[in-house]
Amino acid sequence: MTIEFRRFMTIAILNCHVIVTEHFYSSPHPPQSVCEKGMQMNFPLIRTAVALAMTVGASAAMAQDVTGAGASFPAPLYAKWADSYNKATGARINYQSVGSGAGMKQIRGKTVDFGASDAPLKDDELAKDGLVQFPTVIGGVIPVVNIKGIAAGQIKLTGQALGDIYLGKITKWNDPALTALNPGVPLPDATISVVRRADGSGTSFIFTNYLSKVNAEWKAKVGEGTAVNWPTGAGGKGNEGVSAFVQRLPNSIGYVEYAYVKQNKMTYTQLKNKDGNFASPDDAAFKSAAAGADWAKSFYQVLTDQPGKDSWPITGATFIMMHKAQDKPASASAALKFFEWAYANGDKSAGDLEYVALPEAVKNLVRKQWGDIKGADGKAIAFK
Amino acid sequence: MAATLPASHYDNDKMSRSEPTGRPPETRKSAPWADTVFSALAHGAAILTLLLLAGIIVSLLVGAAPSIKAYGLSFLWTSDWDPVQNKYGGLVMIYGTLMTSFIALLIAVPVSFGIALFLTELSPNWLRRPLGIAVELLAAVPSIVYGMWGLLVFSPVLATYVQQPLQSLFAGVPVLSTLVSGAPVGIGILSAGIILAIMIIPFIASVMRDVFAVTPPMLKESSYALGSTTWEVVFKVVLPYTKTGVIGGIMLGLGRALGETMAVTFVIGNFNQLNSLSLFEAANSISSALANEFAEAGEGLHQASLIYLGLVLFFITFVVLSLSRLLLARLKKNEGART
Repeated sequence: MTIEFRRFMTIAILNCHVIVTEHFYSSPHPPQSVCEKGMQMNFPLIRTAVALAMTVGASAAMAQDVTGAGASFPAPLYAKWADSYNKATGARINYQSVGSGAGMKQIRGKTVDFGASDAPLKDDELAKDGLVQFPTVIGGVIPVVNIKGIAAGQIKLTGQALGDIYLGKITKWNDPALTALNPGVPLPDATISVVRRADGSGTSFIFTNYLSKVNAEWKAKVGEGTAVNWPTGAGGKGNEGVSAFVQRLPNSIGYVEYAYVKQNKMTYTQLKNKDGNFASPDDAAFKSAAAGADWAKSFYQVLTDQPGKDSWPITGATFIMMHKAQDKPASASAALKFFEWAYANGDKSAGDLEYVALPEAVKNLVRKQWGDIKGADGKAIAFK
Repeated sequence: MAATLPASHYDNDKMSRSEPTGRPPETRKSAPWADTVFSALAHGAAILTLLLLAGIIVSLLVGAAPSIKAYGLSFLWTSDWDPVQNKYGGLVMIYGTLMTSFIALLIAVPVSFGIALFLTELSPNWLRRPLGIAVELLAAVPSIVYGMWGLLVFSPVLATYVQQPLQSLFAGVPVLSTLVSGAPVGIGILSAGIILAIMIIPFIASVMRDVFAVTPPMLKESSYALGSTTWEVVFKVVLPYTKTGVIGGIMLGLGRALGETMAVTFVIGNFNQLNSLSLFEAANSISSALANEFAEAGEGLHQASLIYLGLVLFFITFVVLSLSRLLLARLKKNEGART
């Protein structure tokens, strides 16, 4: 049957071709066959397509393309922003989610216009490389568990206990340290399967930074970093890997970004914050943690273990790095315009994707700092 | 046969007296430049491969230089891998790579041998083609699919139906209980080895089948005629005749197992400590460590140590290939001595 059909089509096309050629070369009559009408109708279409291609080419040439690379945690949001920004202005933002470390390498090598990282750089490191950094959005890292019969938010943990679990000191769910925190919760007599990130990541940095602040033994033995020497546990690749592990392994505990908790409806735990309250992870808890930070002093702010009644203790911002002295002011300006647009219009899409937008005061501080990004002529790069 | 005489007997006289009717064909002019270009291209391709190889070695050496300077060969037998303290040793990954590949070969070689044997000697004709194609299709499955399957389907089965029964069976037995100890998560050296085995079986099996198929039927049939069983024919005729190809196939599989990244990352657990010899303990392999850590590794010792690991993997592959060559040479020598 298909062969029949194909033959028919070939014949039809051949006929068409013949008639059209005849029409072009000999026949003075207006076209009459059906297929010729089809051909005729196609001409305006082609013309439109050509015209369209030309306009697209022209607008792409006019608007400066911006490239950035780095952290994978904010990548879905940057992609969403870039898409909306492209629709609004025609400018294209190309963000490669290659990981914070690789992003830092690329911005130091000036192969991209901006780098992105979940771990902020200390002020002296920034000065050494001639970079400025600014936060874009805030997110939280959430411990998640998979225990039969335990609902989300039912288990309460302290930083000390969480650290001991990840140190391999607490190995059973019915360990006295855990039952004391959770009176009345039916914790099973089962080995805890510890899950953590296998790849180096900003999520791990925020998590280990928190554990270092609240668990002295963790600080001494393991420390903080995008990749650490984990004393125990199985490693999953990426947030997806960890959430897959936790959902699959019974009696497991892991940590993932807030968006993964929401999307996969995972069983999160409550955590004791600096004020001594057990906090649940939500937008307000992240905002509360971010509110206490002294952004005016420095943008080097790791928002873990922050004061505040409702503050979620494992909160972190994600950062953009750019060079202070710009060789290509046009692309730098296009990049800053993009972030300015995102600050002004991007809060809703950030919220849709479970990120928390920065408070307006912080945004204004960032705008002030953009004045430090200068072109070769010493003038500040325009971002409006 | 005897009835037909050679044609020359009839036509001899006529042929010898006939005059040439035309000129001999002109000598064909070959374009000398085409030969030159072709030879240059062929040489170039060969040299390019060598240059690439040399380039890889040099760039690995240069990249790993800081780590080689800092640790020297002790990198190979220290097991600390601590990015925070900036202390690195590759033993865990090297052990994981070798152990998973060893387990994979242990499983894959007999199974592939069985598949190839069945396909060439025992299978009914109608089953031969579909089964052969099915085995080849297995080789075309992307490794990430094996990884996902291993993580989501296979490892729970392994934990529930293999590890836990074994643990209760071997409880108290000194060595065996260590081999199966650990949390029952189904992720670790054994599951990585089994997944690798499944991945390399199609390679080894199809190479084995192809070389078994080229054994001259006369040899096999002679052996059958002398009263050999199928087993004896395979072991004493087919295998000796095809040993080069069989070892080549196994090496191909081993090469793939040593370098496999994605599927291993999913099921090995990526755990950089060596505190238990359990087959069910999470571990790490060289390629998995590279895939996981390279993007986030800071400049300096961390990155250099990862590249050093790459160099070690390169070296392991090289040694494996050389050993297989050596083995083949030795086999050939014995063969010469016997006949």
